[in-house]
Amino acid sequence: MEEYLNTKGRIFDIQRYSIHDGNGIRTIVFLKGCVLRCRWCCNPESQEYAIQTMMVQGKPKVIGRDVTVAEVMETVERDRPYYRRTGGGMTLSGGESLCQPQFAKALLRAAKDRGINTSMESMGCAKWETIEGILPYLDQYLLDIKHMDPVKHKEFTGRSNELMLENAVKIAASHETELSIRVPVIPGFNDTPEEIRDIAAYTKKLVNVRRLHLLPYHRLGQDKYTGLGREYLMGDVEPPANEKMRELLKAAKEVSGVECQIGG
Amino acid sequence: MGLYTYDSTDIPKSDRIPQLVAHLFEKTPEVESARAVLITESYKQTENEPMVIRRAKAFAHILENIPIVIRPLELIVGSTTIAPHSCQTYPEFSYEWLEGEFETLETRSADPFHISERAKKELLEADKYWKGKTSSELATAYMEPETLLAMEHNMFTPGNYFYNGVGHVTVKYWEVLEIGFGGIKAKAGEELAKCSITDANYQKKSRLLQAMMMSCDAAITYARRYARLALEEAEKCTDSTRKRELLQIAQNCANVPEKGATGFYEACQSFWFVQQLLQIESSGHSISPGRFDQYMYPYYKKDIDAGKITREFAQELMDCIWVKMNDLSKCRDAASAEGFAGYGLFQNLIAGGQNAEGIDVTNDLSFMCIQACHHVFLPQPSFSVRVWNGSPHEFLVKAAELTRTGIGLPAYYNDEVIIPSLMSRGLTLADAREYNIIGCVEPQKAGKTCGWHDAAFFNMCRPLELVFSNGMDKGAQVGPQTGDVEKMATFEEFYRAYKIQMEYAIKLMVNADNAIDMAHAERCPLPFLSAMVDDCMKSGKTFEEGGAVYNFSGPQGFGIANVTDSLYAVKKLVYEEKKVTMKELKGMLALNYGRGLAAEDAAYMVTRIARAMQEGGREVGENEIAAIFKSVKEASESPKVKAEGERILELIENVPKFGNDVDEIDEFAREAAYTYTKPVERYYNPRGGRFQAGLYPVSANVPLGEQTGATPDGRLAHTPVADGVSPTSGKDVNGPTAAANSVSKLDHYIASNGTLFNQKFHPSALSGKDGLENFVGLIRSYFDQKGSHMQFNVVDRETLLDAQAHPEQYRHLVVRVAGYSALFTTLSKSLQDDIIRRTEQGF
Repeated sequence: MEEYLNTKGRIFDIQRYSIHDGNGIRTIVFLKGCVLRCRWCCNPESQEYAIQTMMVQGKPKVIGRDVTVAEVMETVERDRPYYRRTGGGMTLSGGESLCQPQFAKALLRAAKDRGINTSMESMGCAKWETIEGILPYLDQYLLDIKHMDPVKHKEFTGRSNELMLENAVKIAASHETELSIRVPVIPGFNDTPEEIRDIAAYTKKLVNVRRLHLLPYHRLGQDKYTGLGREYLMGDVEPPANEKMRELLKAAKEVSGVECQIGG
Repeated sequence: MGLYTYDSTDIPKSDRIPQLVAHLFEKTPEVESARAVLITESYKQTENEPMVIRRAKAFAHILENIPIVIRPLELIVGSTTIAPHSCQTYPEFSYEWLEGEFETLETRSADPFHISERAKKELLEADKYWKGKTSSELATAYMEPETLLAMEHNMFTPGNYFYNGVGHVTVKYWEVLEIGFGGIKAKAGEELAKCSITDANYQKKSRLLQAMMMSCDAAITYARRYARLALEEAEKCTDSTRKRELLQIAQNCANVPEKGATGFYEACQSFWFVQQLLQIESSGHSISPGRFDQYMYPYYKKDIDAGKITREFAQELMDCIWVKMNDLSKCRDAASAEGFAGYGLFQNLIAGGQNAEGIDVTNDLSFMCIQACHHVFLPQPSFSVRVWNGSPHEFLVKAAELTRTGIGLPAYYNDEVIIPSLMSRGLTLADAREYNIIGCVEPQKAGKTCGWHDAAFFNMCRPLELVFSNGMDKGAQVGPQTGDVEKMATFEEFYRAYKIQMEYAIKLMVNADNAIDMAHAERCPLPFLSAMVDDCMKSGKTFEEGGAVYNFSGPQGFGIANVTDSLYAVKKLVYEEKKVTMKELKGMLALNYGRGLAAEDAAYMVTRIARAMQEGGREVGENEIAAIFKSVKEASESPKVKAEGERILELIENVPKFGNDVDEIDEFAREAAYTYTKPVERYYNPRGGRFQAGLYPVSANVPLGEQTGATPDGRLAHTPVADGVSPTSGKDVNGPTAAANSVSKLDHYIASNGTLFNQKFHPSALSGKDGLENFVGLIRSYFDQKGSHMQFNVVDRETLLDAQAHPEQYRHLVVRVAGYSALFTTLSKSLQDDIIRRTEQGF
């Protein structure tokens, strides 16, 4: 077995038959650990790198386990017939996969070596050299852009956005991967047509963007905060209404110059 | 590359269709008595004649006299009952159950029927004649005592053919369309002319051919009655459009089915008479139209090319046929009604696939069949599509759009498994390529096969119960004595005992099936049906006597997932990890894991204890019985028993289950399925054909589960058994691809009578173009891995509500909210409510 397959990393879940994150039927590998602390995060158990215990339906569940790339690939390989028929493959998600750069790269390389399509959901919040090293193994980059205003970005996610925006330009210019921009639409944070339009305008400036996705806020993570003994800062904020999403989609379409859609 | 170019664009629905549908469902269906009265009259007059002649004369007498009706706005006519969506009765097969259920028919939960006082009286009068003359009585006489005992103890049930006609056939519709019953009668006449009165089989063959000719005449007479009725109604009709329609109907019925059809409309009418009259002749269900898109196509193409009809009108005619298939109904006994819930007649109609030469033959009509299901939106026909590497992608996408509506149609079938599977049973390559599906999932070659496809339900969990009781069931020695289960030292020994129990029960099932087979051949031969199946004419034998080219008996086993999970749990917990002793497990199965005993089980335990006391020389009176009952009840629900039950259930819960793509247990499932499929294929039926196993339950997994005690997979007593080859509900937790991978590891080829794999989806999984593409990809991928059949339950609001109430049964249910997927049962109540509301909005 090649040495890189023994690379170890920390994941908190592998989800098969995912049909809304990248092309076709996919297997998502969730890496643990994140650079941001978005208030609306639907996977709060992904944020800490440390292994945690979360209460799930009244029972304690250990979140996070250390695995080798070869072990992950055993599961990923199982749905190969579905990838072949649907153009699907493996998607890395998190957390922020770039927090475990060696592991993420080895996973992507292992998939490519086996002829499996690769995709990664990421904020691009890492040194450019790290991203650059991964791109040869990545077919599709699903890059989050949450807000154009650095101050507001920092207030809601814990970090400013300069590095990520810079990396977006470089990823687009590399022509090494298919780039799509994903915007979580969060009421009270970025759900005005102006804010969406700003992101769409930035998207237009990037070359080589395939699609712009608007992902409506949802509360599916709420129970997990309770399970982790944390407060859910979003309170009872309601998901954006259909009409609202359509209005924002219209704004995105007017400016971005690329294909736009609601959902993944 | 296919043989035909096709037009897949949607066709709008005619206003006529919703009106026809509304009329069909205005009232509770009725049981009518006309057929029973007429067949009794005829039988009384023909007592000394050969059976096949008696059957033909009775068929003719019925068709000459049964009341007929043209329903408002119909374009295709032919109704078996005056009341819509109703049924006749068939006393020659059985009648006693119906008399016994007269008073409960209208109020029963599965498939209620209204029955008028007059009909009751007429049926009671007619039934007097049938005592000792039915096929079910003769079948019983042919069965061994141990077979009857096993049936009494619900080891298997051959109830379907025991009480009813066989059905389960696709006849040569195309021949009737081409040469009419006039032509078929002429063929029989020519064959008769070739016979010599000195031929060894002359008596049999000549009478069969004569009976066929009488049956053809009867069908022609019946159509002419409709022609006259249409004319009469046209004369009275004041609406000029409807008048024209009625005149056209009169003309159609004067031409077909006597002569060959000259165009698509006549072909549709001719098809319908065949479909309807087959069901008047016998009470069989699953009389399946088969490859409608193929044999109707020449008539459609000719009329379209000549500009005689429009696609819209052709669609309207097909929609009318779809409605008519729901006009037919069948009253089954209460137990069977639960096993076949939904009034269904399982008239399976299939579209797409390849021809005898291996070329794809998807055509306009294939797409129009899908369209008709959208327009009519009723359970009949049981619509299926054939899938292979050459299937046009857009055809499957259109089929997926139908699945998305939640109607549960179509079912998808894999040519790449079914064709070689049928060839392994002796079909030629050309015949196998032309297969269609009968009833639920059973493949065969139309016009050549007597498949006896639904020969019995065999519950694979019951022999497992007998391993724990040394073959005893409720005080009777139903299975062989395989020894004291607590003394079985190895898993191999335990597994061997299961196989012995299985093989014994399978033998008895074969005995039951062959007894019923004989009874049908002797008492209920079907000359009309036989005239439309090769080679009944040439061989001089009826369909029931083995006149068909291919003969099979296909009894279906079910509960593979329970048996697999049970055997695996025993292996792991008792023999390998030694966390539970066999004694503890046996005790807990008897006590239903401390979750409460059903009254019948408690009563049985009391009887057993009382008997033991009596044998020990003690007097057991009412007071003692009451005391025993009390102590049994207390013991079975004591905190200690409950705690022990929960401990064992939790251990079982943590053993891997079938359906999660875990190779070790999936291999085990493959072996477990062989304990049924391999013994079955050793046996032969009286028609000279072989037994072949199916693995599917229709809906019998629920009622037959009620007759099954607790099983070592943690399944509680009297709860449903797993459905088909699907994993146990709620035990597949790794999603649909993992479940499909597990199921594909079974040997689907050997189960040549069909396998059934059910998956549940939320509509969101199929939303948008990408959703459809991924869904088609999922089917293709399962089929790449050599699965045979797949069907889908796209869940509605009710299902989600049920999932809230019973989360343990829905742990695999994936829902999607605005772009994200989640397991429904892991969400909080408020979020679940939210999703249910969204489902209503069609989100």
